[in-house]
Amino acid sequence: MRITQGTFSFLPDLSDEQIWAQIEYCLRNDWAVGVEYTDDPHPRNIFWEMWGNPMFDLKDAAGVMMEVRACREAHSDSYIRVNAFDSSRGFETVMLSFIVNRPKVEPKFVLTRTEANSRVQRYSMKAAL
Amino acid sequence: MTAQPTELRGKERYRAGVLKYAQMGYWNGDYVPKDTDLIALFRITPQDGVDPIEAAAAVAGESSTATWTVVWTDRLTAADQYRAKAYRVDPVPGRPGEYFCYVAYDLILFEPGSIANLTASIIGNVFSFKPLMAARLEDMRLPVAYVKTFKGPPTGIVAERERLDKFGRPLLGATTKPKLGLSGKNYGRVVYEGLKGGLDFMKDDENINSQPFMHWRDRFLYCMEAVNRAAAETGEIKGHYLNITAGTMEEIYRRAEFAKELGSCIVMIDLIIGYTAIQSISEWCRSNDMILHLHRAGHGTYTRQKNHGISFRVIAKWMRLAGVDHIHAGTAVGKLEGDPMTVQGYYNVCRELKNEVDLARGIFFEQDWADTLKVMPVASGGIHAGQMHQLLELFGNDVVLQFGGGTIGHPMGIQAGATANRVALEAMVLARNEGRDIAAEGPEILRAAARWCKPLEAALDVWGNISFNYQSTDTSDFVPTPATAV
Repeated sequence: MRITQGTFSFLPDLSDEQIWAQIEYCLRNDWAVGVEYTDDPHPRNIFWEMWGNPMFDLKDAAGVMMEVRACREAHSDSYIRVNAFDSSRGFETVMLSFIVNRPKVEPKFVLTRTEANSRVQRYSMKAAL
Repeated sequence: MTAQPTELRGKERYRAGVLKYAQMGYWNGDYVPKDTDLIALFRITPQDGVDPIEAAAAVAGESSTATWTVVWTDRLTAADQYRAKAYRVDPVPGRPGEYFCYVAYDLILFEPGSIANLTASIIGNVFSFKPLMAARLEDMRLPVAYVKTFKGPPTGIVAERERLDKFGRPLLGATTKPKLGLSGKNYGRVVYEGLKGGLDFMKDDENINSQPFMHWRDRFLYCMEAVNRAAAETGEIKGHYLNITAGTMEEIYRRAEFAKELGSCIVMIDLIIGYTAIQSISEWCRSNDMILHLHRAGHGTYTRQKNHGISFRVIAKWMRLAGVDHIHAGTAVGKLEGDPMTVQGYYNVCRELKNEVDLARGIFFEQDWADTLKVMPVASGGIHAGQMHQLLELFGNDVVLQFGGGTIGHPMGIQAGATANRVALEAMVLARNEGRDIAAEGPEILRAAARWCKPLEAALDVWGNISFNYQSTDTSDFVPTPATAV
């Protein structure tokens, strides 16, 4: 199942050129770019592993791309995303977040229902291959 | 305009009888508003023969301390300070007989944290005042000291995005249609299809409450089944605005509690429940980590005509104070009223940390929001995938774009309709970020995406040429460099 988290998941997977252009956009906005990866794509898994800290001082897309490629090499069968952080007041949050690597076989989520009172269901979901 | 009237003082001022409002101290052309003053800008149309300054003074009087005649009991108070002061009157450019009048109010006149009290003063009496043919509250400057007495949005744009895990693009929604008549089960089907197809939110319409064809508990249960199923099918957080509007506050709380019990991330209310009810449910949302969606049902009765009523930019300001997370603020390009610049002005009121004066967008005052959280504007009503470039260009990322008919009416089905909108949106955001001129190249970008996305192709074929090009009734009246500006 194609998990559709991230800003561009409904588009065909981005080429390196397209990823480069998005990183350029982030740097133009003075956002710090970070790379994160995980094997657990549950939507409530907020804290993916950081491939190092966000690159606050890196202003060059080539440098960011190097990190993306290095992360891909080390975690080729994981989800990898590029995040961009804006530190300005009133935002101080992620401004763009998109997936740049997916495992060869993506899991699907199994939805579990537990009966509660008067037809109420308690839902939980779990990734399963 | 006539010569400046002078205020009477002392014994002469308090002789029993009727004086002009300007003589009673409600006009002071030399007054410089204090930073802590609240300022209201009214557009007034005085009756024939009524001097505009006297009319402005009457507005100041009737929205603060005055009654129609002199009362000696004023002398027991620091009346000079309680009197609102009209201090500036300008003819409205291009609108003979209409005047912009500026009125300053001392902060002591208002109860902290109460929209009900604020509005009882500012719009309580004056709009029925006989010497005015019409009056409209155009804008307000709210002093920081007053802004800080309100809690503002319970969630705000930043926390909403972090909770939903959705960044860098507008959110997508759709209103479930038909809005009346579906059973709970059929209704939930529409919600599921829209969410699975790619939307972030589905929505109850303003008048979906608890009618014979679908009681509210039934709707909530089926909608949450749809939300959770769609989340599992996509790996994304999904939501449905459960409309908890009801006849009493007790019933609103009952519905809110059930929405919480079911794990909904968002609830919805209609503007017609009233300011106090909105502030109450905002408190509840704050205590329960709930996003609060406001549908502006009813606003058109008083916001649309430019000579009488209240501008929506003022309602937006009140709602940011009262504390909602989403507010319907217009589409500019869709089926409902809204000149693009004026609508952008509303969006700026919702989203900026500080509004600068921007007459073209109808913003008359600098407004510091003092870190009050930002409200997510919602564009809903007659918009479709073919307008994606215009919507993104007009409104940027922090907006919910709602395509009701544009999703559910898709020839290949609801999921396809949702997918068409999501693909159109992501393709446009990608192109914008790449530095392409989406205003000019938008249609081409959409067509390129449609070559690999059949649902988008079908959407463009059906709706690509639909537009709603009617004259707006509510536009900004200003001259680019106003001669009268201070």
